[in-house]
Amino acid sequence: MKILVGIKRVVDFSVRVQVKKDGSGVNTDGVKLGINPFDEIALEEALRIRERGTQAEVVAVSIGPAEVQPQLRTALAMGADRAILVETGEVLQPLMVARVFHELVKRENADLVILGKQAIDDDSNQTGQMLAALWDRPQATFASKVELKDKTLMVTREVDAGLETIEIDLPAVITTDLRLNTPRFVKMPDIMKARSKPLQVLKLEELGVTAAPKLEVTSYAPPPQRVGGKKVEDVTALVATLRQRGIL
Amino acid sequence: MNRILVIAEHDGKKLNPATAKAVSCALAIGGEIDIAVFAADAAAVAGSAAKLKGVKRVLNIERAENAHQLAAALAPQIAKLAKDYTHLLAPSTTFGKDVLPRAAALLGVQQVSDIMKVVDAHTFERPMYAGNAIVTVKAPAMPCIVATVRTASWQACSEDGHAEITAAGTDAAIPQHTRFVELKADVSGRPDLQSAARVVSGGRGVGSKENFAVIYKFADKLGAAVGASRAAVDAGFVPNDLQVGQTGKIIAPELYVAVGISGAIQHLTGIKDARTIVAINKDPDAPIFQVADIGLVGDLFQILPELEQELDKL
Repeated sequence: MKILVGIKRVVDFSVRVQVKKDGSGVNTDGVKLGINPFDEIALEEALRIRERGTQAEVVAVSIGPAEVQPQLRTALAMGADRAILVETGEVLQPLMVARVFHELVKRENADLVILGKQAIDDDSNQTGQMLAALWDRPQATFASKVELKDKTLMVTREVDAGLETIEIDLPAVITTDLRLNTPRFVKMPDIMKARSKPLQVLKLEELGVTAAPKLEVTSYAPPPQRVGGKKVEDVTALVATLRQRGIL
Repeated sequence: MNRILVIAEHDGKKLNPATAKAVSCALAIGGEIDIAVFAADAAAVAGSAAKLKGVKRVLNIERAENAHQLAAALAPQIAKLAKDYTHLLAPSTTFGKDVLPRAAALLGVQQVSDIMKVVDAHTFERPMYAGNAIVTVKAPAMPCIVATVRTASWQACSEDGHAEITAAGTDAAIPQHTRFVELKADVSGRPDLQSAARVVSGGRGVGSKENFAVIYKFADKLGAAVGASRAAVDAGFVPNDLQVGQTGKIIAPELYVAVGISGAIQHLTGIKDARTIVAINKDPDAPIFQVADIGLVGDLFQILPELEQELDKL
């Protein structure tokens, strides 16, 4: 089977992002960048499906400028067989990303696409669901457990009410939640090996994908700050304050 | 005039309170509001939905395939209904996040996720970067606007309405490729973490899985749901569905009590809309105190039993 995995370069999760003073965006100068954490989980799951004995080719796909190639090399070092970069200088929104993936899925004849449930920059949580819709195939979002059984998948999903299990037919789209697995660390020899793995670059224009409608982002603002910092001396004072506030 | 369709969230028996928050957002947009209830048997849920303020009609879309709220089943039906509306809304819960983008893609619409505030009928504020940036986005009006509503940013609307309840249906074909197997619900009997009015969370400072008993005991005394920081989840003290924070649940209870939680950014992101935050921590310099409305420095194993005694006196 062929598994496509989405790899998005984002501001590292440990960075506290600051909004620019003029409200035109966020400061990304000199900020650490890395693979979206949910995407690392997606790749890890694809690798585990292969390592559990299923004959599978794992293809890491990124959409962005040439500068995202290091993230794709990391994906290759983790164990992806090859990589595709859809090169564009534009920042694509989820519907357009889904259309690009749909085109790749058709070209590659993919059986399974594993994506992060959301990217930690725009936090949209849409692309996997949109791809599944365009492809007219099942979606299993927020996956915390994936079991492959011949032509079907049993996927446990983290939903607000608890854990939901659904059975879906392949081909299908899975989006990962944080507890699906813990991604492996990349080892030095694998980084060397990854240099010789194939990384194909396609220009976005070459794919012939129809441009999707976009949201216009008009301004960025920092979030309102909570003003805390008051302390009480003891339990009695704590209870009294809660009563004053009408909570108890 | 705007015509807004809100997709009801429910479990087949009860309307989920997140729906009333999505209706509040619809009221802020302004216009005629309908609610769609997709179910095998919609009667009980529709009755509650009809009471939500400002709702004109409740559409019952009853089909056997709608019993489990699967996105693959609901999205084509929602897309068919959309032609009569200017806006489609659903709460930004795991239900809404699952189903609505699928419907949006069928309509060729770029969805707006997590509306925090309505600027005008086409312009909204939403969070990015785990809430560290609030962006204002303008969505194209045609063919319609599709958006999820961030529940932590909205109060539930009142329940003094009298909407008309009507049966509705579509000729949408429903795929058979996705099948519900089971739902393992939390059986603790405590309130649901996502929607609870009071939440008590424990962190690394609680020390062990066994020690978490003091958190459960105190929460039960308060009638609160139990949550945890990522550190406590990673340490294996509690199951991961209790995690509060950027990568867990984002909540907005009336009262949030953080016990033995230092206050990492990713945790604070999940609680910053709580009305009152109480922090109990033995480290007076813990960052949690900077956002807490009421802080108490000390040993949680002494403070919690004392608090329980004080609560008994009330």
